[in-house]
Amino acid sequence: MADTKEISSPAETEVERWEEETLNPALEKHPERKNSFQTVSLEEVNRLYTPADIENIEFTRDISFPGEFPYTRGIHATGYRGKLWTMRQFAGFSTPEETNARFRYLLEHGQTGLSVAYDLPTLMGYDADSPLAEGEVGKCGVAVSSLADMEVLFDGIPLEHVTVSQTINAPASILLAMYLVVAEKQGARWTKISGTLQNDILKEYIAQKEWIYPIKPAMKLVIDTFEFCTQKVPRYNPVSVSGYHIREAGATAAQELAFTLRDGLEYVAWGVDAGLDVDAFVPRMSFFFNAHNDFFEEIAKYRAARRIWAREMKGRFGSNNERTLQLRFHTQTAGVSLTVQQPLNNIVRVAIQALAGVLGGTQSLHTDAYDEALALPTDRAALIALRTQQIIAEETGVANTVDPLGGSYYLESLTQKMEDEALDYFRKIDAMGGMVAAIEKGFPQREIQDSAYQYQKAVERGDQVIVGVNKYEMTDEPAEVPTLVIDESVRAHQVERLERTRSQRDSGAVANALDKLKRAANRNENTMPATIEAVSAYATLGEICAALRDVYGIYEEPAF
Amino acid sequence: MTSGRKIRVLVAKPGLDGHDRGAKVIARALRDAGMEVIYTGLRQTPEMIAAAALQEDVDAVGVSILSGAHNTLCPRIVQLLREKGMDNCLVLVGGIVPQEDLPKLKQAGVAEVFLPGTSTEDIVQFLRNNVKPRD
Repeated sequence: MADTKEISSPAETEVERWEEETLNPALEKHPERKNSFQTVSLEEVNRLYTPADIENIEFTRDISFPGEFPYTRGIHATGYRGKLWTMRQFAGFSTPEETNARFRYLLEHGQTGLSVAYDLPTLMGYDADSPLAEGEVGKCGVAVSSLADMEVLFDGIPLEHVTVSQTINAPASILLAMYLVVAEKQGARWTKISGTLQNDILKEYIAQKEWIYPIKPAMKLVIDTFEFCTQKVPRYNPVSVSGYHIREAGATAAQELAFTLRDGLEYVAWGVDAGLDVDAFVPRMSFFFNAHNDFFEEIAKYRAARRIWAREMKGRFGSNNERTLQLRFHTQTAGVSLTVQQPLNNIVRVAIQALAGVLGGTQSLHTDAYDEALALPTDRAALIALRTQQIIAEETGVANTVDPLGGSYYLESLTQKMEDEALDYFRKIDAMGGMVAAIEKGFPQREIQDSAYQYQKAVERGDQVIVGVNKYEMTDEPAEVPTLVIDESVRAHQVERLERTRSQRDSGAVANALDKLKRAANRNENTMPATIEAVSAYATLGEICAALRDVYGIYEEPAF
Repeated sequence: MTSGRKIRVLVAKPGLDGHDRGAKVIARALRDAGMEVIYTGLRQTPEMIAAAALQEDVDAVGVSILSGAHNTLCPRIVQLLREKGMDNCLVLVGGIVPQEDLPKLKQAGVAEVFLPGTSTEDIVQFLRNNVKPRD
């Protein structure tokens, strides 16, 4: 907003003086390397930021103190001086036995939380013996078809003490039910267990595309878990509203921010419509962001996210509850930024991305392993990724003070720009009737596709440099890195346990439980109690999803 | 370059994986290069892909795959195309494929595998150089 007052501000005239006296002669002697400098989101970056760029920002209103509204500087008054972020490495591959061993390995080496990756058949709600699962069992994560697999997965891991994050979406309520039943069998109390269910179905339709049912019944299943957890598992986070996948699909930083937070607002609105009290369930909503290459843009994104969420919770939903207003988030470094070429370079990328997450005040962090553009990580690569976080935490000094970059002219101005861009998107999406309606129109999907294409073009023009890919390439690369190979025998192993489970269970109890679940779904009742009964009777994931598909139907992606 | 007819490409996404960024970027880049592109949508079986290739009479099938199921799915796509008499139809694979799997895929009849970091221009050139001209 260029009004006369700003133009005549002392800072602005000072800038003009500097340009004339110092900058212009310097430019004449040494022109800049290029005409335009852009972030990885292809946003223009100025040469210099000065007080003039943050004139519209007020300290108490916009930046304030950590632990206080609008939480730009973090939700904890002491930042990481009290407690470091949780180092939570995502892991899962092959059989539940193998993943259980990896979990124990990570816990032994100082990891402080677990995060489960499920394989594609599990994510899509198919059992390991489904014809559609051929070639995919245990490949991108661990295979879980029934409670019997879940019992092996968490064998010897005390669920009352270790927090577990589960990356599962379309069938999330079923995996949550399995988790709760395993916890109960271990003697863990539901009131004591904590952890996070990703359960963010909106971003599946937008970006990751692992859906089963149409959007509205899928949203109903999410709200069922909110209601159930609020009552029975009060320390558990039933959703992790995820920008990660939106970014990986090609969104810019501002789009990641906007679509993720607007998804969050949609869940809150649906919860309120279902009769839940905002301050009863929103404090248990968590978020999940990407940490991409552009260092300052990412830090600005996290700071803007907290500020926007606090303001929206107050403005839209009238909350004054501190926990409702505070946005908590997990961060993962950008898988999409990893290169096959010169893969050890990825260690450096990951370290810098992780540092951005930390300077942005993340509550937990996953650092990618350097070999992930090739395959799932080996033990060695996974360990270096964890060590990267430990080095940031223990050696760099960045955790010594709260929000160390707060007040930077560039960062504050970028934080403001992020907020403005997100609010622009909110206005557009609100005008469409909300996020569900916008997704049905294909709006966020198209925006992301366009950004992905523009980025690819920028890389091919050489405007965006990727070291080792479009600059500093090597024809004779250093030795290849070893990769993890998932044996095709995993499927046979899993099918064998599945068949054993089916032959040993009480099939009458399974049929009854599935009928009960269908009734609950048909009557629009909360499906969680019937889901828990079904998994306890060892009904399989595939059977339960089939029952719900009978009631809800399946999603067909519109062409756009 | 083929004379007369535009190069027709089926961009296909087999398996359960939903990551379609690569498939969509490639589809658009090939279109921008003047080719006719048909995108199958997600979760197509090899049978569905081969049937679509035949029906659309394409010169090439570009298979996008990141899930690790390439060794199972890609050879079957080639085999089904050959069974349908599409001997000249090129099968290209793009995605996350470990180095050691490349020879196996080539042996199974895959014309080329493009790993992450490939420029879309290289893929366009490959198609222009390798699609068999027809009337």
